[in-house]
Amino acid sequence: MSQRVLLNAKEINIILHRLACQLIENHGDFSDTVLIGLQPRGKFLAERLAQILKTDYKIKNIQFGHLDITFFRDDFRRGEKILEANTTEINFVVEDKNIVFIDDVLYTGRSIRAALTAIQSFGRPNEIELLTLIDRRFSRHLPIQPNYRGRQVDAINEEKVKVNWMENEGEDAVYLIHS
Amino acid sequence: MSELSVDHLLGIKYLNKADIKLIFETADHFKEVINRPIKKVPSLRDITIANLFFENSTRTKLSFELAEKRLSADVINFSASQSSVKKGETLIDTVNNILSMKVDMVVMRHPNPGAGVFLSNHIGASIINAGDGAHEHPTQALLDSFSIRERLGSVEGKNVVIVGDVLHSRVALSNIYALKLQGANVMVCGPKTLLPKYIGTLGVKVETNLRKALNWCDVANMLRVQNERMDISYFPSTREYAQQYGLNKNLLNSLDKKITIMHPGPINRGVEITSDVADSDQAIILDQVQNGVAIRMAVIYLLASKIKR
Repeated sequence: MSQRVLLNAKEINIILHRLACQLIENHGDFSDTVLIGLQPRGKFLAERLAQILKTDYKIKNIQFGHLDITFFRDDFRRGEKILEANTTEINFVVEDKNIVFIDDVLYTGRSIRAALTAIQSFGRPNEIELLTLIDRRFSRHLPIQPNYRGRQVDAINEEKVKVNWMENEGEDAVYLIHS
Repeated sequence: MSELSVDHLLGIKYLNKADIKLIFETADHFKEVINRPIKKVPSLRDITIANLFFENSTRTKLSFELAEKRLSADVINFSASQSSVKKGETLIDTVNNILSMKVDMVVMRHPNPGAGVFLSNHIGASIINAGDGAHEHPTQALLDSFSIRERLGSVEGKNVVIVGDVLHSRVALSNIYALKLQGANVMVCGPKTLLPKYIGTLGVKVETNLRKALNWCDVANMLRVQNERMDISYFPSTREYAQQYGLNKNLLNSLDKKITIMHPGPINRGVEITSDVADSDQAIILDQVQNGVAIRMAVIYLLASKIKR
């Protein structure tokens, strides 16, 4: 197994600030917008972006939560891997809101498809956008594209893109792993 | 996530501590799901479940059916009173006929202890025991423990007394297994005629004085007197039973602590528990009912994940 660094901590920080600025450009003071991190790993990115928007760009009242899609996935009983559920925390109304789904890596698009179904359980949003740190652009199974992307990556299916977060792995880094 | 160590839920005695932890953690997620505006998830779209109730049931049947529908399973219902069982058909024939309709999972209540185990040895579908005679009622015990965990933070180390008709209760035996497995201290309390002779061998305390039992416990699980299972008289009168073993507000207020009150239902108000106790903030009876759906969703989901496509 070999791995190479796609993004280091400094590059990730620059990208996060750029993504935050792009969000402000489209959503202003976020009075009608909520951020939803997709479990398990989009949660870290959503929290990080919410923090930057609050502290660096003085956006007050950012509403953000996280959504688990386990029970909405289309591969239940289809693989060896046992699906592990995570918590969902959406303590606000999504009806008529603009939602930004946030995930670390966009790969096949199936997680986002599941998230689009799952969020309907909470109400009917006005609009849904997608933000991802990494967009593996040639690996899509479904017609889903991000509105905001940190870095576009061309990787073959045998390769894995792994995003490490300081809160979880003790470092901010993105690796391309070849098994 | 680990998976259940069993392919069927026939009784708590077949589960281990890790199974119960997994069921509770999964039920936590489903509890959040059933509090959403839209309470349905699509996980079990390709699963068909047969609810076979060879004995009357209202809340358990409704709870299972709701759990199945909220997981998007296809559901068929069968009740013995309207079936060919009355014409002499055997259990295996009845079930095999239903299974030939491509059923993946069977939820069964049966008056005979061991009916679920018997069936699991003869058919390929996954079986959930929804009560077999006076033997086990595993999902009820799971939801009871889950409700204790929710109210008191954990089950381990808590003193739980099961009061009343232990002899005819399937809830009592499953509860004893579940509570002991999770490290609770268990006592049974009732008239001697309604306590099985072997009960002490299960590692539980035995008490015939309700006040002493209540003073000892953190949780009192009040069982219904199952008159329909009694072929002889086990106590002089219902009034005397209510005086000796009924829980009323005066008795509850005279204790020097606030205990949690549970009841598996249906309640005989004024017999094992008075209305003011059943409706008090110390009672978690309606929480038990709500938790029942989440627990049954978790059990069905986890067993379904083991069914081969």
